Amino acid sequence: MNKIAVIDYGMGNLHSVAKALEHVGAQLGQQTEIVVTPDPQLIAAADRVIFPGVGAIRDCMAEINRLDVGRIVRQAIETKPVFAICVGMQALMSRSEENGGVDCLGIIDGQVRYFGDALKDDTGQRLKVPHMGWNEVEQCTAHPLWKGVPDRSRFYFVHSYYVPHDEDSIERGVTGIAHYGKEIAAVISRPNLFATQFHPEKSQEAGLTLLRNFLQWDGKG
Amino acid sequence: MGLAKRIIPCLDCENGRVVKGVQFVDIRDAGDPVEVAKRYCDAGADEITFLDITASHEGRETTVHTVEAIASQVFIPLTVGGGIRTLEDIRAMLNAGADKVGINTAAVSNPDFVRAAAERFGSQCIVVAIDAKRVSGPDEEPRWEIFTHGGRNPTGLDAIDWARKMVEFGAGEILLTSMDKDGTKSGFDLALNRAVSRAVQVPIIASGGVGSLEHLADGILEGEADAVLAASIFHFQEYTIGEAKDFMAQRGIEVRKI
Repeated sequence: MNKIAVIDYGMGNLHSVAKALEHVGAQLGQQTEIVVTPDPQLIAAADRVIFPGVGAIRDCMAEINRLDVGRIVRQAIETKPVFAICVGMQALMSRSEENGGVDCLGIIDGQVRYFGDALKDDTGQRLKVPHMGWNEVEQCTAHPLWKGVPDRSRFYFVHSYYVPHDEDSIERGVTGIAHYGKEIAAVISRPNLFATQFHPEKSQEAGLTLLRNFLQWDGKG
Repeated sequence: MGLAKRIIPCLDCENGRVVKGVQFVDIRDAGDPVEVAKRYCDAGADEITFLDITASHEGRETTVHTVEAIASQVFIPLTVGGGIRTLEDIRAMLNAGADKVGINTAAVSNPDFVRAAAERFGSQCIVVAIDAKRVSGPDEEPRWEIFTHGGRNPTGLDAIDWARKMVEFGAGEILLTSMDKDGTKSGFDLALNRAVSRAVQVPIIASGGVGSLEHLADGILEGEADAVLAASIFHFQEYTIGEAKDFMAQRGIEVRKI
């Protein structure tokens, strides 16, 4: 039995991710139990953990702090594979520019920045914010979760704030990069942690493959 | 390479059945929204929009079940619109597995509803649907007004101002339908699209009037839309999603190929 806990701290729609996990668990012919919960004991008892997040960072961090989700996530990363999604990934960083500046969990060093109101592509074409839709992800580092996912596959993004990709970010664990007016960290990984800015549960085959690999991942880079 | 422009097929459903006839010859039940959504997803649709035209309260229960069934088999973004009037309606659809909800009439009658919805659920899941009709004469500077109830009721609201206001209130995306063009198969109202797209920062989905693949490409290239929505050209198998994407790619538009 593979027990997956999706951490529910009251922010947004966790059903999509739960349904996608059920689907890939069934594809693997695995006995998979998905529990959507804020309960630290249930999360501690799980084999794997999903740390999702949508909406504004201030509201997310308020609930994360109120429910002591930071401690739960830290403990999980010490002991088992964790997949962070979208604002879940941003919450792992040191600080976000959103909502006038919000301290985040600081599990990963780095800032979350705003795309800006005058974002342009290389040719000077105006880019809309949020970055919404299917963008290519360049696999800049090998990783077990990339197995069966062609390089430059498209994943579904929806966000207005991003983690920059810069010279030293590979050392900091950036594993996938996307381009949207800037170079952004699409994936950050560590032992026991795979964090994506995009939504794997909404990214059809490429996303489902990542989740399928996650269900079999031993947490090693 | 960067972000792909999206193609979004739209399913009109009543009491859990697809209406405005989908005519797939090789599909077991063309009235089954789950089967149709799955088909579009497999064919490379970038999102699915599910428009509920059910009037009765009982029927809306059915809709929730339908959304649940679609969401457990379709792993691309799913937008549900039609009859979304309260925060409770939004919660029910998101809990059923929708990723975004479309708000139309309720935004016009109570703009603060959009603000409350965005604050509660996040802008990323709030799509404001705007039905606009040209009200200026042929020699005048173009002007469009918001209409409700399928284009029957004028509101006096200017479409561009309204779009700006809705984004300020927290809309994460605008679904823009030209009531002049809807059902005509003569192409989008490109001037309307361009004007709204330039007025706001969020993505615009062009809707209303698609009759050919050229229309889809024009919506992106000339209408400056970020996504194009169509129903009948796909439902009646005039074109497949794959053909639409190939055509758009030939016109230099970035699309997601599967």
